[in-house]
Amino acid sequence: MKIGVSSSGNNMEALVDPRFGRCPYFVLVDSESMQFEAVPNLAAASGSGAGIQAAQTITSKQVQVLITGNVGPNAFRALSAAEITVITGASGKVREVIEKYKKGLLSETREPTVRGHFGMGAGRGHGRRRGQQ
Amino acid sequence: MILSIASGKGGTGKTTVAVNMALSLKDVQLLDCDVEEPNVHLLLHPNINEEKSVYVSTPQVDEELCDHCGKCGEFCQYNAILVSSEKVLVFLELCHSCGGCVIVCPGKAISEEQHRIGTLKCGSTGDLEVVYGELDVGEPMAVPVIREVKRRIESDKTVILDSPPGTSCPVIETVKGSDFCVLVTEPTPFGLHDLRITVQVLEDMEIPFGVVVNRAGLGDKKVYEYCEEKNIPILLEIPYRRKIAELYSKGIPFSSEMPEWKEKFQTLFDEARKLAGK
Repeated sequence: MKIGVSSSGNNMEALVDPRFGRCPYFVLVDSESMQFEAVPNLAAASGSGAGIQAAQTITSKQVQVLITGNVGPNAFRALSAAEITVITGASGKVREVIEKYKKGLLSETREPTVRGHFGMGAGRGHGRRRGQQ
Repeated sequence: MILSIASGKGGTGKTTVAVNMALSLKDVQLLDCDVEEPNVHLLLHPNINEEKSVYVSTPQVDEELCDHCGKCGEFCQYNAILVSSEKVLVFLELCHSCGGCVIVCPGKAISEEQHRIGTLKCGSTGDLEVVYGELDVGEPMAVPVIREVKRRIESDKTVILDSPPGTSCPVIETVKGSDFCVLVTEPTPFGLHDLRITVQVLEDMEIPFGVVVNRAGLGDKKVYEYCEEKNIPILLEIPYRRKIAELYSKGIPFSSEMPEWKEKFQTLFDEARKLAGK
Protein backbone atom coordinates (compact mmCIF):
# COMPACT_ATOMS: atom_id res chain seq x y z
CA MET A 1 0.00 0.00 0.00
CA LYS A 2 1.20 3.50 -0.81
CA ILE A 3 1.14 5.91 2.13
CA GLY A 4 1.76 9.66 1.76
CA VAL A 5 3.04 11.74 4.66
CA SER A 6 3.24 15.54 4.78
CA SER A 7 6.83 16.14 5.70
CA SER A 8 9.24 18.92 6.62
CA GLY A 9 12.06 17.12 4.75
CA ASN A 10 12.72 14.76 1.87
CA ASN A 11 13.45 11.53 3.74
CA MET A 12 12.08 9.01 6.22
CA GLU A 13 13.82 10.61 9.20
CA ALA A 14 12.26 14.04 8.62
CA LEU A 15 9.52 15.29 10.91
CA VAL A 16 5.87 15.22 9.88
CA ASP A 17 4.73 18.70 8.85
CA PRO A 18 1.37 19.39 10.53
CA ARG A 19 0.18 21.37 7.49
CA PHE A 20 -1.16 19.38 4.59
CA GLY A 21 -1.46 22.02 1.85
CA ARG A 22 1.71 23.93 2.63
CA CYS A 23 4.19 21.28 3.77
CA PRO A 24 7.45 21.38 1.77
CA TYR A 25 7.46 17.67 0.82
CA PHE A 26 5.34 14.59 0.63
CA VAL A 27 7.19 11.41 1.49
CA LEU A 28 5.46 8.54 -0.29
CA VAL A 29 6.17 5.17 1.29
CA ASP A 30 5.42 1.63 0.14
CA SER A 31 4.27 0.06 3.39
CA GLU A 32 5.44 -3.44 2.46
CA SER A 33 8.96 -2.74 1.19
CA MET A 34 9.41 0.58 3.09
CA GLN A 35 10.85 2.03 -0.15
CA PHE A 36 10.13 5.75 -0.35
CA GLU A 37 9.96 8.62 -2.79
CA ALA A 38 10.02 12.31 -1.76
CA VAL A 39 7.88 14.68 -3.85
CA PRO A 40 8.19 18.45 -3.44
CA ASN A 41 4.82 20.02 -2.68
CA LEU A 42 4.33 22.65 -5.39
CA ALA A 43 1.25 23.93 -3.56
CA ALA A 44 3.37 25.22 -0.66
CA ALA A 45 3.80 28.61 -2.36
CA SER A 46 0.34 28.75 -3.92
CA GLY A 47 -1.72 31.90 -3.39
CA SER A 48 -4.96 30.08 -2.84
CA GLY A 49 -6.30 26.56 -3.04
CA ALA A 50 -3.09 24.99 -1.71
CA GLY A 51 -4.99 22.10 -0.13
CA ILE A 52 -6.66 21.26 -3.43
CA GLN A 53 -3.42 21.41 -5.40
CA ALA A 54 -1.70 19.24 -2.77
CA ALA A 55 -4.60 16.78 -2.97
CA GLN A 56 -4.13 16.72 -6.75
CA THR A 57 -0.46 15.76 -6.27
CA ILE A 58 -1.38 13.02 -3.79
CA THR A 59 -4.14 11.74 -6.11
CA SER A 60 -1.97 11.62 -9.20
CA LYS A 61 0.67 9.62 -7.28
CA GLN A 62 -1.96 6.94 -6.51
CA VAL A 63 -1.59 7.35 -2.75
CA GLN A 64 -4.18 5.34 -0.80
CA VAL A 65 -3.57 6.66 2.72
CA LEU A 66 -2.53 10.18 3.69
CA ILE A 67 -1.01 10.91 7.09
CA THR A 68 -0.71 14.54 8.19
CA GLY A 69 -1.35 16.96 11.05
CA ASN A 70 -4.40 18.85 9.83
CA VAL A 71 -6.55 19.15 6.74
CA GLY A 72 -8.84 22.04 5.83
CA PRO A 73 -12.34 21.79 4.33
CA ASN A 74 -11.39 22.00 0.64
CA ALA A 75 -8.52 19.55 0.94
CA PHE A 76 -10.74 17.15 2.83
CA ARG A 77 -13.46 17.32 0.19
CA ALA A 78 -10.87 16.74 -2.53
CA LEU A 79 -9.20 13.82 -0.77
CA SER A 80 -12.55 12.21 0.02
CA ALA A 81 -13.63 12.48 -3.61
CA ALA A 82 -10.44 10.67 -4.59
CA GLU A 83 -11.26 8.03 -1.96
CA ILE A 84 -8.05 8.55 -0.05
CA THR A 85 -8.03 7.55 3.63
CA VAL A 86 -7.06 10.61 5.68
CA ILE A 87 -5.30 10.39 9.02
CA THR A 88 -4.68 13.57 11.01
CA GLY A 89 -3.01 14.51 14.27
CA ALA A 90 0.22 12.73 13.39
CA SER A 91 3.59 13.93 14.69
CA GLY A 92 7.13 12.60 14.95
CA LYS A 93 9.36 11.21 12.22
CA VAL A 94 7.91 9.94 8.94
CA ARG A 95 9.30 6.43 9.62
CA GLU A 96 7.67 6.38 13.07
CA VAL A 97 4.20 7.35 11.85
CA ILE A 98 4.36 4.71 9.10
CA GLU A 99 5.23 2.09 11.72
CA LYS A 100 2.37 3.30 13.93
CA TYR A 101 -0.04 3.10 11.04
CA LYS A 102 1.05 -0.43 10.20
CA LYS A 103 0.42 -1.45 13.83
CA GLY A 104 -3.09 -0.03 13.56
CA LEU A 105 -2.41 2.74 16.07
CA LEU A 106 -3.72 5.57 13.85
CA SER A 107 -7.35 5.99 12.90
CA GLU A 108 -9.10 7.60 9.98
CA THR A 109 -10.44 11.17 10.13
CA ARG A 110 -14.03 11.73 8.96
CA GLU A 111 -14.03 15.53 8.77
CA PRO A 112 -11.73 18.53 8.23
CA THR A 113 -9.72 19.41 11.33
CA VAL A 114 -9.05 23.10 10.65
CA ARG A 115 -10.74 25.95 8.81
CA GLY A 116 -9.42 27.22 5.45
CA HIS A 117 -6.11 29.16 5.20
CA PHE A 118 -4.85 27.49 8.39
CA GLY A 119 -1.37 26.77 7.09
CA MET A 120 -0.77 30.29 5.72
CA GLY A 121 0.66 31.68 8.95
CA ALA A 122 -0.04 35.06 10.50
CA GLY A 123 -0.49 37.97 8.14
CA ARG A 124 -0.68 35.96 4.95
CA GLY A 125 -4.41 36.21 4.38
CA HIS A 126 -6.28 39.01 2.65
CA GLY A 127 -6.04 41.58 5.43
CA ARG A 128 -8.79 44.04 4.84
CA ARG A 129 -10.74 45.60 7.64
CA ARG A 130 -8.05 45.31 10.26
CA GLY A 131 -8.03 48.27 12.61
CA GLN A 132 -11.36 49.58 11.41
CA GLN A 133 -13.32 51.18 14.19
CA MET B 1 -11.64 62.87 -14.72
CA ILE B 2 -11.76 59.67 -12.68
CA LEU B 3 -10.80 60.13 -9.08
CA SER B 4 -10.59 57.26 -6.61
CA ILE B 5 -10.63 57.52 -2.84
CA ALA B 6 -8.63 54.85 -1.02
CA SER B 7 -6.95 54.46 2.35
CA GLY B 8 -5.30 51.22 3.36
CA LYS B 9 -6.67 51.32 6.88
CA GLY B 10 -10.40 50.93 7.25
CA GLY B 11 -12.56 53.57 8.91
CA THR B 12 -10.35 56.55 8.07
CA GLY B 13 -13.05 58.51 6.23
CA LYS B 14 -13.00 57.45 2.57
CA THR B 15 -16.76 57.60 2.28
CA THR B 16 -16.92 60.89 4.19
CA VAL B 17 -14.49 62.45 1.70
CA ALA B 18 -16.12 60.82 -1.35
CA VAL B 19 -19.67 61.88 -0.41
CA ASN B 20 -18.80 65.41 0.67
CA MET B 21 -16.70 65.97 -2.43
CA ALA B 22 -19.45 64.63 -4.67
CA LEU B 23 -21.97 66.99 -3.03
CA SER B 24 -19.64 69.95 -3.55
CA LEU B 25 -19.21 69.45 -7.32
CA LYS B 26 -21.45 69.45 -10.39
CA ASP B 27 -22.15 66.75 -12.95
CA VAL B 28 -20.81 63.95 -10.77
CA GLN B 29 -21.09 60.18 -10.72
CA LEU B 30 -20.33 58.64 -7.34
CA LEU B 31 -19.56 54.92 -7.54
CA ASP B 32 -19.29 52.94 -4.32
CA CYS B 33 -16.86 50.13 -5.10
CA ASP B 34 -16.81 48.73 -1.56
CA VAL B 35 -19.25 46.03 -2.59
CA GLU B 36 -18.60 43.97 0.53
CA GLU B 37 -19.87 46.78 2.70
CA PRO B 38 -21.27 49.65 0.62
CA ASN B 39 -22.21 52.71 2.68
CA VAL B 40 -22.41 55.70 0.31
CA HIS B 41 -26.16 55.07 -0.02
CA LEU B 42 -26.60 55.27 3.76
CA LEU B 43 -25.50 58.91 3.64
CA LEU B 44 -27.16 59.86 0.35
CA HIS B 45 -30.39 57.81 0.27
CA PRO B 46 -30.51 57.68 -3.54
CA ASN B 47 -33.72 56.84 -5.40
CA ILE B 48 -32.89 53.54 -7.06
CA ASN B 49 -34.13 53.35 -10.65
CA GLU B 50 -32.24 50.28 -11.82
CA GLU B 51 -31.33 47.08 -10.06
CA LYS B 52 -29.83 43.99 -11.64
CA SER B 53 -28.12 40.77 -10.66
CA VAL B 54 -24.41 40.27 -11.27
CA TYR B 55 -23.36 36.86 -12.55
CA VAL B 56 -20.06 35.11 -13.12
CA SER B 57 -19.39 32.12 -15.35
CA THR B 58 -18.27 28.96 -13.60
CA PRO B 59 -17.40 25.58 -15.11
CA GLN B 60 -19.82 22.71 -15.26
CA VAL B 61 -18.27 19.32 -16.06
CA ASP B 62 -20.15 16.68 -18.02
CA GLU B 63 -18.85 13.44 -16.45
CA GLU B 64 -20.09 11.47 -19.49
CA LEU B 65 -17.67 13.33 -21.78
CA CYS B 66 -14.80 13.66 -19.29
CA ASP B 67 -11.91 11.20 -19.55
CA HIS B 68 -10.15 12.62 -16.45
CA CYS B 69 -7.09 13.73 -18.40
CA GLY B 70 -6.52 16.48 -15.82
CA LYS B 71 -5.70 19.31 -18.28
CA CYS B 72 -8.31 21.64 -16.75
CA GLY B 73 -6.89 21.18 -13.25
CA GLU B 74 -3.34 21.77 -14.48
CA PHE B 75 -4.41 24.91 -16.30
CA CYS B 76 -6.29 26.48 -13.38
CA GLN B 77 -3.98 28.91 -11.58
CA TYR B 78 -6.39 29.15 -8.66
CA ASN B 79 -6.62 25.41 -8.01
CA ALA B 80 -10.37 25.50 -8.42
CA ILE B 81 -10.53 22.11 -10.16
CA LEU B 82 -9.43 18.74 -8.86
CA VAL B 83 -9.38 15.76 -11.19
CA SER B 84 -9.22 12.30 -9.67
CA SER B 85 -9.41 9.05 -11.63
CA GLU B 86 -13.16 8.85 -11.01
CA LYS B 87 -14.45 12.39 -10.47
CA VAL B 88 -13.91 16.06 -11.19
CA LEU B 89 -14.51 18.50 -8.35
CA VAL B 90 -15.03 22.21 -8.96
CA PHE B 91 -14.45 24.61 -6.06
CA LEU B 92 -16.61 27.55 -7.06
CA GLU B 93 -15.29 29.88 -4.37
CA LEU B 94 -11.81 29.70 -5.92
CA CYS B 95 -12.88 30.08 -9.57
CA HIS B 96 -11.95 33.44 -11.13
CA SER B 97 -14.19 32.85 -14.19
CA CYS B 98 -11.38 33.04 -16.74
CA GLY B 99 -12.94 30.32 -18.90
CA GLY B 100 -9.55 28.69 -19.53
CA CYS B 101 -10.69 25.21 -18.45
CA VAL B 102 -13.38 25.27 -21.15
CA ILE B 103 -10.78 26.07 -23.80
CA VAL B 104 -8.15 23.51 -22.75
CA CYS B 105 -10.58 20.58 -22.34
CA PRO B 106 -9.87 18.28 -25.32
CA GLY B 107 -13.16 16.38 -24.93
CA LYS B 108 -15.35 19.52 -24.76
CA ALA B 109 -16.68 18.22 -21.44
CA ILE B 110 -16.76 21.62 -19.75
CA SER B 111 -19.42 24.24 -20.30
CA GLU B 112 -20.05 27.49 -18.48
CA GLU B 113 -22.87 28.12 -16.07
CA GLN B 114 -24.06 31.48 -14.79
CA HIS B 115 -23.70 31.90 -11.06
CA ARG B 116 -25.21 34.91 -9.27
CA ILE B 117 -22.85 36.69 -6.87
CA GLY B 118 -24.40 40.08 -6.20
CA THR B 119 -26.51 43.07 -7.20
CA LEU B 120 -25.83 46.31 -9.03
CA LYS B 121 -27.90 49.34 -8.01
CA CYS B 122 -28.12 52.65 -9.85
CA GLY B 123 -29.95 55.76 -8.77
CA SER B 124 -29.64 59.41 -7.91
CA THR B 125 -29.84 61.97 -5.13
CA GLY B 126 -30.82 65.26 -6.74
CA ASP B 127 -28.37 65.79 -9.61
CA LEU B 128 -25.86 63.38 -8.18
CA GLU B 129 -25.76 59.98 -9.83
CA VAL B 130 -25.06 57.12 -7.40
CA VAL B 131 -24.04 53.58 -8.38
CA TYR B 132 -23.15 50.78 -5.98
CA GLY B 133 -22.82 47.05 -5.81
CA GLU B 134 -23.70 44.53 -3.14
CA LEU B 135 -21.88 41.23 -2.97
CA ASP B 136 -24.14 38.38 -1.84
CA VAL B 137 -23.45 37.02 1.64
CA GLY B 138 -21.12 34.04 1.44
CA GLU B 139 -19.66 34.98 -1.94
CA PRO B 140 -15.90 35.51 -1.73
CA MET B 141 -15.20 37.22 -5.08
CA ALA B 142 -15.82 40.97 -4.96
CA VAL B 143 -13.93 41.92 -8.12
CA PRO B 144 -16.60 40.96 -10.71
CA VAL B 145 -19.18 43.11 -8.88
CA ILE B 146 -16.74 46.03 -8.74
CA ARG B 147 -16.13 45.61 -12.47
CA GLU B 148 -19.89 45.80 -13.06
CA VAL B 149 -20.10 49.01 -10.99
CA LYS B 150 -17.20 50.53 -12.95
CA ARG B 151 -18.82 49.62 -16.26
CA ARG B 152 -21.25 52.50 -15.50
CA ILE B 153 -18.47 55.10 -15.66
CA GLU B 154 -19.24 57.93 -18.09
CA SER B 155 -15.82 59.43 -18.61
CA ASP B 156 -17.06 62.86 -19.72
CA LYS B 157 -18.38 63.35 -16.18
CA THR B 158 -16.53 63.82 -12.91
CA VAL B 159 -16.32 60.28 -11.58
CA ILE B 160 -15.60 59.60 -7.91
CA LEU B 161 -14.83 56.02 -6.89
CA ASP B 162 -15.13 55.10 -3.22
CA SER B 163 -12.70 52.20 -2.72
CA PRO B 164 -12.83 49.40 -0.17
CA PRO B 165 -10.13 49.46 2.54
CA GLY B 166 -6.94 47.42 2.31
CA THR B 167 -4.62 46.79 -0.61
CA SER B 168 -5.97 43.47 -1.91
CA CYS B 169 -7.59 42.67 -5.27
CA PRO B 170 -10.82 44.70 -4.75
CA VAL B 171 -8.77 47.85 -4.11
CA ILE B 172 -6.57 47.28 -7.16
CA GLU B 173 -9.67 46.73 -9.31
CA THR B 174 -11.19 49.97 -7.99
CA VAL B 175 -8.22 52.30 -8.42
CA LYS B 176 -7.11 50.80 -11.76
CA GLY B 177 -7.60 53.37 -14.51
CA SER B 178 -8.00 56.35 -12.14
CA ASP B 179 -6.49 59.66 -13.16
CA PHE B 180 -5.79 60.43 -9.53
CA CYS B 181 -6.15 58.78 -6.14
CA VAL B 182 -6.90 60.56 -2.87
CA LEU B 183 -5.56 58.61 0.11
CA VAL B 184 -7.49 59.30 3.28
CA THR B 185 -5.55 58.60 6.45
CA GLU B 186 -5.61 59.48 10.11
CA PRO B 187 -2.54 60.71 11.99
CA THR B 188 -2.06 57.52 14.01
CA PRO B 189 0.49 54.69 13.81
CA PHE B 190 -2.19 52.44 12.25
CA GLY B 191 -3.10 55.07 9.70
CA LEU B 192 0.55 55.55 8.76
CA HIS B 193 1.33 51.83 8.59
CA ASP B 194 -1.43 51.15 6.08
CA LEU B 195 -0.82 54.41 4.21
CA ARG B 196 2.75 53.30 3.46
CA ILE B 197 1.53 50.03 1.97
CA THR B 198 -1.05 51.81 -0.18
CA VAL B 199 1.55 54.31 -1.39
CA GLN B 200 3.70 51.40 -2.61
CA VAL B 201 0.74 50.00 -4.52
CA LEU B 202 -0.05 53.32 -6.21
CA GLU B 203 3.61 53.90 -7.08
CA ASP B 204 3.70 50.48 -8.73
CA MET B 205 0.48 51.25 -10.60
CA GLU B 206 1.82 54.68 -11.59
CA ILE B 207 -1.30 56.49 -10.39
CA PRO B 208 -0.66 60.02 -9.09
CA PHE B 209 -1.91 60.56 -5.55
CA GLY B 210 -2.18 62.93 -2.61
CA VAL B 211 -3.21 62.62 1.02
CA VAL B 212 -6.18 63.85 3.04
CA VAL B 213 -5.61 63.76 6.79
CA ASN B 214 -8.86 63.09 8.60
CA ARG B 215 -9.29 63.52 12.37
CA ALA B 216 -6.38 65.96 12.25
CA GLY B 217 -5.22 66.84 15.76
CA LEU B 218 -5.50 63.25 16.92
CA GLY B 219 -2.44 61.01 17.34
CA ASP B 220 1.03 62.19 16.33
CA LYS B 221 3.01 63.95 13.57
CA LYS B 222 4.43 60.85 11.89
CA VAL B 223 2.04 60.92 8.92
CA TYR B 224 3.10 64.50 8.18
CA GLU B 225 6.80 63.62 8.51
CA TYR B 226 6.34 60.66 6.18
CA CYS B 227 4.53 62.75 3.56
CA GLU B 228 7.19 65.45 3.70
CA GLU B 229 9.99 62.92 3.36
CA LYS B 230 8.26 61.24 0.39
CA ASN B 231 7.18 64.56 -1.12
CA ILE B 232 3.52 63.54 -1.03
CA PRO B 233 1.14 66.54 -1.11
CA ILE B 234 -1.28 66.87 1.78
CA LEU B 235 -4.36 68.17 0.01
CA LEU B 236 -6.72 68.69 2.93
CA GLU B 237 -7.01 68.29 6.68
CA ILE B 238 -10.35 67.51 8.30
CA PRO B 239 -10.16 68.32 12.01
CA TYR B 240 -11.14 65.95 14.79
CA ARG B 241 -14.38 67.77 15.72
CA ARG B 242 -17.39 66.67 17.69
CA LYS B 243 -19.82 68.36 15.28
CA ILE B 244 -18.50 66.40 12.29
CA ALA B 245 -18.74 63.14 14.24
CA GLU B 246 -22.26 63.94 15.42
CA LEU B 247 -23.47 64.65 11.89
CA TYR B 248 -21.86 61.44 10.67
CA SER B 249 -23.58 59.48 13.44
CA LYS B 250 -26.92 60.79 12.16
CA GLY B 251 -26.01 59.88 8.59
CA ILE B 252 -25.68 63.50 7.45
CA PRO B 253 -22.77 64.47 5.16
CA PHE B 254 -21.17 67.27 7.19
CA SER B 255 -20.71 69.71 4.30
CA SER B 256 -24.49 70.01 3.93
CA GLU B 257 -24.70 71.48 7.47
CA MET B 258 -21.30 73.19 7.35
CA PRO B 259 -21.42 74.81 3.87
CA GLU B 260 -17.97 76.43 4.25
CA TRP B 261 -16.59 72.95 3.63
CA LYS B 262 -18.06 72.77 0.13
CA GLU B 263 -15.43 75.22 -1.04
CA LYS B 264 -12.66 73.20 0.62
CA PHE B 265 -13.80 70.06 -1.18
CA GLN B 266 -13.94 71.98 -4.46
CA THR B 267 -10.36 73.14 -3.85
CA LEU B 268 -9.37 69.57 -3.06
CA PHE B 269 -10.83 68.44 -6.37
CA ASP B 270 -9.13 71.26 -8.31
CA GLU B 271 -5.77 70.39 -6.73
CA ALA B 272 -6.26 66.73 -7.62
CA ARG B 273 -7.11 67.65 -11.20
CA LYS B 274 -4.01 69.82 -11.50
CA LEU B 275 -1.78 67.08 -10.09
CA ALA B 276 -3.37 64.59 -12.48
CA GLY B 277 -2.53 66.92 -15.37
CA LYS B 278 -6.18 67.19 -16.44
